[in-house]
Amino acid sequence: MSAFIERSKGFFDSIGDRLQGVNLRQNGIFLALIALVLFFAATTPNAASITPTNFSNLVVQNGYILVLAIGMVMVIIAGHIDLSVGSVAAFIGGVAGILTVRPLEQDGWDWLPALPWWAGIIGAILVGAIVGVWQGFWVAYVGIPAFIVTLAGMLLFRGMALLTLQNSNIGPFPDEFRAIGNGFLDKEKNFNALIGFPIDYNLTALVVTALGVVVLWIAVLRQRSGKIKYGQIVEPRTWFYIKNIILSAMVLYVGFQLSQANGIPITLIVLAVLIGAYTVVMNRTPFGRYIYAIGGNLHAAVLSGIDVRKVNFWLFVNMGALAALSGVLIAARMNSAVPKAGDGFELDAISSVFIGGAAVQGGVGTVTGSMIGGLIQGVLANGMNLNSVGIDIQMTIKGLVLLLAVAFDVWSKRRK
Amino acid sequence: MSNSILEMRSITKTFPGVVALDKVTLTVERGEIHAICGENGAGKSTLMKVLSGVYPFGTYSGDIVFENNIKKFSNIRDSEAEGIVIIHQELALSPYLSIAENIFLGNEIKTFGLIDWNKTNQEAAKLMARVGLEENPVTAIKDIGVGKQQLVEIAKALSKRVKLLILDEPTAALNDEDSAHLLDLLRHLKGQGITSIIISHKLNEIEAVADTTTIIRDGNAIESLHMKQDSVSQERIIKGMVGREMENRYPARNPEIGEEILRVEHWNAYHPIDRNRIVVDDISMNVRRGEIVGLAGIMGAGRTEFARSLFGHSYGTNITGKVFKSGKEIKVKTISEAIDNGLAYATEDRKRYGLNLIEDIKRNISLASLKSFVSMGLVNNNEEFKKASEYRDSMNIKAPSVLSITGQLSGGNQQKVVLSKWINVNPDVLILDEPTRGIDVGAKYEIYLIIQRLAAEGKGIIVISSELPELLGICDRIYAIAEGRITGEVLRKDATPELLMKYMTMEKGRS
Repeated sequence: MSAFIERSKGFFDSIGDRLQGVNLRQNGIFLALIALVLFFAATTPNAASITPTNFSNLVVQNGYILVLAIGMVMVIIAGHIDLSVGSVAAFIGGVAGILTVRPLEQDGWDWLPALPWWAGIIGAILVGAIVGVWQGFWVAYVGIPAFIVTLAGMLLFRGMALLTLQNSNIGPFPDEFRAIGNGFLDKEKNFNALIGFPIDYNLTALVVTALGVVVLWIAVLRQRSGKIKYGQIVEPRTWFYIKNIILSAMVLYVGFQLSQANGIPITLIVLAVLIGAYTVVMNRTPFGRYIYAIGGNLHAAVLSGIDVRKVNFWLFVNMGALAALSGVLIAARMNSAVPKAGDGFELDAISSVFIGGAAVQGGVGTVTGSMIGGLIQGVLANGMNLNSVGIDIQMTIKGLVLLLAVAFDVWSKRRK
Repeated sequence: MSNSILEMRSITKTFPGVVALDKVTLTVERGEIHAICGENGAGKSTLMKVLSGVYPFGTYSGDIVFENNIKKFSNIRDSEAEGIVIIHQELALSPYLSIAENIFLGNEIKTFGLIDWNKTNQEAAKLMARVGLEENPVTAIKDIGVGKQQLVEIAKALSKRVKLLILDEPTAALNDEDSAHLLDLLRHLKGQGITSIIISHKLNEIEAVADTTTIIRDGNAIESLHMKQDSVSQERIIKGMVGREMENRYPARNPEIGEEILRVEHWNAYHPIDRNRIVVDDISMNVRRGEIVGLAGIMGAGRTEFARSLFGHSYGTNITGKVFKSGKEIKVKTISEAIDNGLAYATEDRKRYGLNLIEDIKRNISLASLKSFVSMGLVNNNEEFKKASEYRDSMNIKAPSVLSITGQLSGGNQQKVVLSKWINVNPDVLILDEPTRGIDVGAKYEIYLIIQRLAAEGKGIIVISSELPELLGICDRIYAIAEGRITGEVLRKDATPELLMKYMTMEKGRS
């Protein structure tokens, strides 16, 4: 509409100008997360929700869902869905068990030695990627809708999980393997001892947190100055500083809390690396851009010379690998590979993505949004547990939150 | 007073920050064909949405007087109950339902609560006869052409006992033959006492069919012209629409034609589903540097199919033939191969095939040439922004910034984004399929200037268009296509609409 440009500048426009470049949707769910944390801080007995241990628990309990959500948001942006990730995670847990703990005697593989923990993890993720190759083949090259392929995969890989585990459990895992799901960076506070730092706070945790904040500032400042250099519209300066100071303060607060517990969970490090890497993949690489293009308008993407089949294929390979990593995290945390692991996790991952602002039609969504969506669900469940809310009410509320979050999204779009 | 069927009095409709309609008054006489003209975004569609109740009573000011009573419509059902039916540009038909089912959709013929199929099909057949649609009522909508689908919409309107029929760009997707049939039908319905309002960009049609023409510009009703009494010309209407006389609708140019850049030899392609049906039949053609070559043909003649099969085999099966660029044979089996070999194709349907409407201008422009912004595996967002901004300035894309969402732009600006996207792959040959469809007169002129600029840079341009005056106005040479074959090649100096039409309607075995 040309009228859209030619309209006269009124009062509301000047506010609009001032808010130009501020992503209200993304900031909105972020504020919702903070409000939720504050609400539970106020309502849980003895403010149990913001104790150091609880922060630690929140991370390790939700890590595997968040890893799934990273892959899921990419799949959903491209206009697909993956219902199989929970089953794949269980299957890969079993694979990791066989690789690192013991081959099952009754299969006649008992001559095979257990692999070192790191080889086990790499092997498990490779098998996950092969699972992705299988699903990607059907979706991308045969052209069967992902809903069907992964619905089949949901049953298929649950069956494979039962088969590999012979309907029993494998465990315990080696300590190094367990650490990825349950361990902490410098839990013994060796670094404290080295330079004589007070033993109440894990020094490694404090240093890593501080480094994280420094990296965050370098990243946002570089991005901003680059945009300014090229004459782009950026967020208003005050808003930019307020936002990032609040963000840093929160990171520091969480790091400070974690330093009073066991330190920084390894899971958190893994997650941080993944979030950073995949944010770059989605925004800065052609692969990521093609995913948005395919979800936004498939025909236009095809006619722009994008090899859509290839992108879809690798999307599912990537999802398989991330589901495998999630399976490793689950097995490591439970210290046992069980056939029922990851049951229903696909639904948690999918709701994280949609609470995080992705569109059902595809083309829209972000990795960070999905992480916030996942955390909203995690904080909600954790806070309700601490408030002794029964599982019946919990499920009801989780369902309503998903519905209302998406309804809010639809409503706010319509107002525009 | 009693002679007018509709009076819209001083209608004002505002959106936040925009006055879309400013005290618009429109009087439609009973039994006339009333055309509404105006550039895109002038307020034509808004006015019709107010009339049909899409914008309910209370969201606008002013009165709607229909058959001498003030009406307060709160939705489309209300206005339809009074006999006002609007047919939108995008047809509202369900593709898998039959013609009869579509005609009576939402208005089913029932006995004891169950649909009476015999009566439905019988009544449908009667209505179809009235609009001159020769099909079986049980045929699915997807199996008939757009022209016939348009007739189904009109039959549907008749089933609602329409008194005032509103058609929004009814012939935009139709070829000349179907358009002519539709206009005949409107005259025929007029004879039966049905009043029509027609919104159209096609001035020759308005000239041919309308009794009165109201011109809307920037939300104001500028004037109403009595076509017969005042013997109104197309130039007169354009003057009203743009607020100035447009002496020449096609910019003048001195073509500098160089050596041959693209040659296609014996190109064949078959229908992707009906694999025995030949769609592109032994086409050979060429384009030279700096030359604008037109492809004329009625819709379905195989123009788009030829272009798309050439552009990375993106249409058709069993494609054979040779393509030479500057004398060297090239392969165009995939789209990326075609792009790498210097071809670009801007689609006829920019909303469906050309743009990611939920994405911003910047990312749409860079999509086909994303690799040129990559260093060390990463896209340089800032360079991308800069490049897109350059296009915004050079192509005169009207948007506050390149971060604006393309879905919010007008048709002309969207088309400029599509062109920018393809210019940025730096092609040697650009195929432009209906580059000015659904675009207002002012923006068309800008598009022509861009096309000429590209030709002047030494690129070869192929323009596909359903508007003969457009081809005659901008092309140096025109190929006529009928039934998948080239039936004639005409130089600019020899080209007349009559000659082209003769070639375009040439049937097999007569050439």
